[in-house]
Amino acid sequence: MPEYKRPKSPTEYAENFAPIHPLMNDTQAHYESSRCLFCYDAPCINACPTGIDIPLFIRQINSGNVTGAARTIYEANYFGHACGNVCPTEVLCEGACVYNHQDVKPIEIGRLQSYATDQVIRTDKQLFQPARPNGYKVAVIGAGPAGISCACELRMYGYEVDILEAKELPSGLTVYGVAPYKITNEEALEEMAWLEKQFGFCVYYKRPIKSRADLDQLEEQYDAIFLGIGLGNTRPMGLPGEELEGVWGATEFIEQLRLEQENAMAGQRVVVVGGGNTAMDAASESARMGAEVVGIAYRRSQAEMGAYPFEYELAKGAGVSAWFNAQPVAIHGESQVIGIRLVQTETVDGKVQQLPDSEFDLPCDMVILATGQEKQTSFLSQIHDLSLDKKGRIQVKADHQTDNPMYFAAGDAVNGGAEVVNAVAEGKKAARGIHDYLFLTKNN
Amino acid sequence: MANLFTNLAGITSPNPFWLASAPPTNSGYQIMKAFDAGWGGAVWKTLGVPVVNVSSRYGALNYRDTRMMGLNNIELITDRPLKDNLKEIEEVKKYFPKHAVIASLMVETREQWHQIVKDAENAGADGLELNFGCPHGMCERGMGSAVGQEPHVLKTIVGWVKEVATTPVIVKLTPNITDITVPAVAASQGGGDAISLINTIQSLTGVDIDNFVPYPVVDGKSTHGGYCGPAVKPIALNMVKECARHPEVKIPISGIGGIENWRDAVEHILLGASSVQVCTAVMHYGFGIIREMVAGLEQYMDEKGFQTLDEMVGRAVPNVQNWENLNLKYKVVADINADKCIGCQLCYTACDDGAHQAIGLVEGSRVPEIIEENCVGCNLCSLVCPVEDCITMVRRDDGSEDLTWAERTAAGDIPNTFNDQRGGGVGHYVPEPKEGLKKN
Repeated sequence: MPEYKRPKSPTEYAENFAPIHPLMNDTQAHYESSRCLFCYDAPCINACPTGIDIPLFIRQINSGNVTGAARTIYEANYFGHACGNVCPTEVLCEGACVYNHQDVKPIEIGRLQSYATDQVIRTDKQLFQPARPNGYKVAVIGAGPAGISCACELRMYGYEVDILEAKELPSGLTVYGVAPYKITNEEALEEMAWLEKQFGFCVYYKRPIKSRADLDQLEEQYDAIFLGIGLGNTRPMGLPGEELEGVWGATEFIEQLRLEQENAMAGQRVVVVGGGNTAMDAASESARMGAEVVGIAYRRSQAEMGAYPFEYELAKGAGVSAWFNAQPVAIHGESQVIGIRLVQTETVDGKVQQLPDSEFDLPCDMVILATGQEKQTSFLSQIHDLSLDKKGRIQVKADHQTDNPMYFAAGDAVNGGAEVVNAVAEGKKAARGIHDYLFLTKNN
Repeated sequence: MANLFTNLAGITSPNPFWLASAPPTNSGYQIMKAFDAGWGGAVWKTLGVPVVNVSSRYGALNYRDTRMMGLNNIELITDRPLKDNLKEIEEVKKYFPKHAVIASLMVETREQWHQIVKDAENAGADGLELNFGCPHGMCERGMGSAVGQEPHVLKTIVGWVKEVATTPVIVKLTPNITDITVPAVAASQGGGDAISLINTIQSLTGVDIDNFVPYPVVDGKSTHGGYCGPAVKPIALNMVKECARHPEVKIPISGIGGIENWRDAVEHILLGASSVQVCTAVMHYGFGIIREMVAGLEQYMDEKGFQTLDEMVGRAVPNVQNWENLNLKYKVVADINADKCIGCQLCYTACDDGAHQAIGLVEGSRVPEIIEENCVGCNLCSLVCPVEDCITMVRRDDGSEDLTWAERTAAGDIPNTFNDQRGGGVGHYVPEPKEGLKKN
């Protein structure tokens, strides 16, 4: 029998997707914060893309100044709570903790961070006061980590900020794309509501910006425009049978899971194609939805997987198995998926080569393609002078200004798809870029 | 095999671990339980005219994740009738004839002293401990530390007790005094058979910063308490040593203060204690800690080849000298074991901000380096280093020279003017003041 049963109620769903880094209680936070060494030039700070002064906030927790700890966190990272939950801390701050060098368990920085931020969110503590209006207006396209981070920072400079979001909820992939056992919808949305109250930006939901006419309007009404549009849908692989019912893009699968929860579509026998963190998430989530069999099919070797080792371990722990050097060639079925055909491969000079006569079929009722997302190039092509690189990523200068001086950009649309914490760091940097542009360049 | 048999001025016990006069010795039940667990002796909660206590009574100093590294209390002496205590002393002695039961006493008049001494001895107490140490509450009434702080009064009362006592008399001293040897000498001269120290230190463990009241809080008010626990051990060790090496303190010592394991006990013994008394550790962990204490002491004695405690008592005392007799030619410097270093750089920042700028950072590495010419051998880096045996102090002089401040003084070779070129820091590297800017 599989480890997880199909959840039939919100309670069962919550059990199957129990947080892997649950919120600390006061006692846990006290003991854990006591262990921090308060390193000089602390490696954990240097490992954080947003440069949070981690030893300081941990010391603040330990001395009973949890509000101060939250302030330290939020001054560096407006997604302090989300990042405490969803950051791959194993390869960032906690991976850099000096305790690792003596095989002592590193400080649980992520959980301590969430502990501190949770307290100010829950008590609705006012930590920030936006600056007096400076007369400029900025439009932010996309209420994801980059956009909201940019908006918060702009508000601290006195900008009026309107965020235009195509979907119904803020926080981007934090709600729509992250595995539910990393952060719950409630947690993510509570932080967004708290930020909106702190900083006073306006978010307009279900307001997709699509056409040239939309852009004309924005360009006319605002002094600068920030693009925090992320990536598009899962990129089609062009496989025969890809259109069958039961074939999902990983992004779309995870999104409906986040929104529909126990009512979400899920397979009984699932094959996830891909070797990145999204593939691990989709596989682990399928298992937690009660699938009998979940297999990851990756066209290269295990060593070449893009996923972090701990993400693969997490998937394996949920009962997921994997086929390496296995590439899909076709998906079987009439209207509904009944199987997938894979071919064995080997890597020669870095290139994947299929082995002759090595095809094999796996029966399945769901195929999830976690092979990458499209860039939103057709939309972006409508913006004058905007340059994209070969991979379709928006090209920006160090201050995140695009080749169209009115447009700034950050997040996945610029970096091609990274962590929430990267988008937050970039969004904030872009806000400074906008500020410099409007106050220094444009005024002179 | 080590023999832990203990004899303090004629009071004997199977091991040197005694419970100090305090809440753990409030009743016969507790002392029976303690002896059953392995404790060698107990000093009964101070007997006298029963008191009335307040609620609450304790405050603690926690250090990060360590609870109760210091404890203070405002509890007074026994609040139980004397006859109940005497009856229980008798019963305990019946069950444990070889264990030491010492009656701690605190009364006011000569007549009361005579009476209570006789009562305690009639109940079977093996010895008496005069509580001249309690630094809170009782001292306001002219007892406890009020006596311990007045050597003449102390000597007089010891004399009163000795007029009638037939068992050994221990005089318990208060540390709330400038020179502990003054009351120790008075106790010795007054005819006391032993001294015990230290009693608790006057203290406030903290303040409720929301309500502006120190701890412990009694209905919105507080009062200073007596401080004890691991935090006071260094003070206790120093005072035990001071008494142990004083030529006019001619009586044995029972060491008290911050003892919670065998090592603490060994330290007290090496500095002159013939028995040790424990309270806070029991209040924290219960009587069961005795297993670790006895086992550790036996193991230590076996490894060191000590057959009896007498061979150990005071062994470290000759190595305590006045500062002026320390060898100025002895030179150690810090050495970092790069293989063990985890790169926290606490040694760097401790030395740069808190010492002598003798540790530098190395481009491209987290492992700091010792700048040996600047290192004064202060130990600070080795103390802050979180890794076992990573920073060690390495001897640099060849041991051939020995020159003390006293000898230099005798030879007239000491700095004696403000800008004397013989000052120790002359020529030692000190960065320019402005280099301190923008370093953080």
